[in-house]
Amino acid sequence: MSVTESLSVQVNGEPRRVSTGASIADMLRELGLDPERLAVERNLEIVPRSTLDAVTVADGDAFEIVHFVGGG
Amino acid sequence: MNAHQPLAQDSWTVAGRTFSSRLIVGTGKYKDFAENAAAVEASGAEIVTVAVRRVNIADPSQPMLTDYIDPKRFTYLPNTAGCFTAEDAIRTLRLAREAGGWTLVKLEVLGEAKTLYPDMRETLKATEVLVREGFEPMVYCVDDPIAARQLEEAGAVAIMPLGAPIGSGLGIQNRVTIRLIVEGAKVPVLVDAGVGTASDAAVAMELGCDGVLMNTAIAEAKEPVLMARAMKAAVEAGRMAYLAGRMGKRLYADPSSPLAGLI
Repeated sequence: MSVTESLSVQVNGEPRRVSTGASIADMLRELGLDPERLAVERNLEIVPRSTLDAVTVADGDAFEIVHFVGGG
Repeated sequence: MNAHQPLAQDSWTVAGRTFSSRLIVGTGKYKDFAENAAAVEASGAEIVTVAVRRVNIADPSQPMLTDYIDPKRFTYLPNTAGCFTAEDAIRTLRLAREAGGWTLVKLEVLGEAKTLYPDMRETLKATEVLVREGFEPMVYCVDDPIAARQLEEAGAVAIMPLGAPIGSGLGIQNRVTIRLIVEGAKVPVLVDAGVGTASDAAVAMELGCDGVLMNTAIAEAKEPVLMARAMKAAVEAGRMAYLAGRMGKRLYADPSSPLAGLI
């Protein structure tokens, strides 16, 4: 994959490559995740679920993708 | 409350939401999701606490809590366990609100790993910010009536003093301060942390608390589902005893059988 076709991002602290032009929703689908059950933070800002399809991933973006787990 | 009403009608309200179970249970430390779900069922709890953590990117097909404990049936109360600053706690709850879509949350800001004692300066700061942002925080705190009042003034929708350190199972260490908090608060008071066995939960309820929150006492019991049932019964028994109004204490004996007619 050439650098012009993919972007370099961080997802939960790990380096990942995402296709140029992909929305956050596209990226989640690529990762095999269901956007309905999680929350996404991009460069420390919450991305509202309703805009996941609209927001395009940019080179160097840092994402935190979280969900609910067992806890007290 | 009318003492003749059946206990089934005894409910409590937090931030406009009414619940009949006064037991809130955690969902951590269980052997597996199935045991966790069975324990929640046995406890009769309507609210469960959950943590917010990173999705496992490496294996997104792993089973999820929501597959076993239906968020439509149980009120998920997202917590900030593991947060040691107001900033981290606020960030976590903003994500929780996005993941779940609700504003009722459990705030805890810890001071140190060894005791997991709350850092009240950070807790108060986080409460103020969260309330401004429209959250309805139920707040884990020290068993200090002044701190409790400050949290209430800052907009905490429930005050949740520790009975003893998180996961210690030591029971209610200071009944006096818990009672002082109950008497001073206009919002619900729940003992959060420190319960080890059923009698501890009953003590919290006998002190007039609106509820009890626990996790380890059930999850680390040898038979978690049975302990969940015990906790349900203890919370109900303690609540009924509180409503019934216990007898006065005397230093000396007072015979229960009549003295008249003794042979």
